[in-house]
Amino acid sequence: MGKSQAERQIWGEDILSNQNTKTVRVDYFALLKEQRGLSSEQFQTKSTTVKELYEELKAMYNFSLPHSSIGVALNDEFTNWEKTLSEKDKVVFIPPVAGG
Amino acid sequence: MFSLSSTAIDREALRARVISPAAGGFVSFEGWVRENNEGKEVSALEYEAYAELAVAEGKKIVAEAERFGIIEAECVHRTGALAIGDLAVMVVVSSAHRKAAFEACEYIINEIKSRVPIWKRETYTDGETTWVNCSHQHATGTKS
Repeated sequence: MGKSQAERQIWGEDILSNQNTKTVRVDYFALLKEQRGLSSEQFQTKSTTVKELYEELKAMYNFSLPHSSIGVALNDEFTNWEKTLSEKDKVVFIPPVAGG
Repeated sequence: MFSLSSTAIDREALRARVISPAAGGFVSFEGWVRENNEGKEVSALEYEAYAELAVAEGKKIVAEAERFGIIEAECVHRTGALAIGDLAVMVVVSSAHRKAAFEACEYIINEIKSRVPIWKRETYTDGETTWVNCSHQHATGTKS
């Protein structure tokens, strides 16, 4: 006996969702570190872009800074908000800097 | 060359790194921890850096300053806890003639302040603390 239509659908959706889910490393600094309460975490997400990931985390942890006021780095290089996330990426959100 | 330092910056050692027989001028900038900021009295200050990217971006800035026609440039930025009067950042530049060194030095410190991922947390005498620039929601200007 083969799988029922319903079973195939569930199975198919699971495969699809597994493909979309990735685990990324997120590092936090300054105000974001304070608001998140830790400096680094492995985070499982279905977000496609770094912007979606920030919005997801912002909603979860009540970050005060809108994405438009901060920068973002992917694997230790500055990047833009539309950049697509891949498994094991390192993402760092960069609050307004204040060196000097 | 750009580096971060968790200990006091050695002025003489940094200066020595840009000395050259071809140099006729030397310009340096020292950024110090000031006792007040925006009308509030500062009691303690801490710098935090995203080291990997701060060093990469800092090196890029110092390399960009070569376009002014300098001989050598160096910059060191502190991390960790600092006291009032401590040296927070130092830029040194040598060049054949003074104009290039002045221009390059100003360029480096301006770019460091706006582009390098370093953050400053100030503690005030009234006990309040703040991450400088983070409540004003400035754009970071980090596009390179």
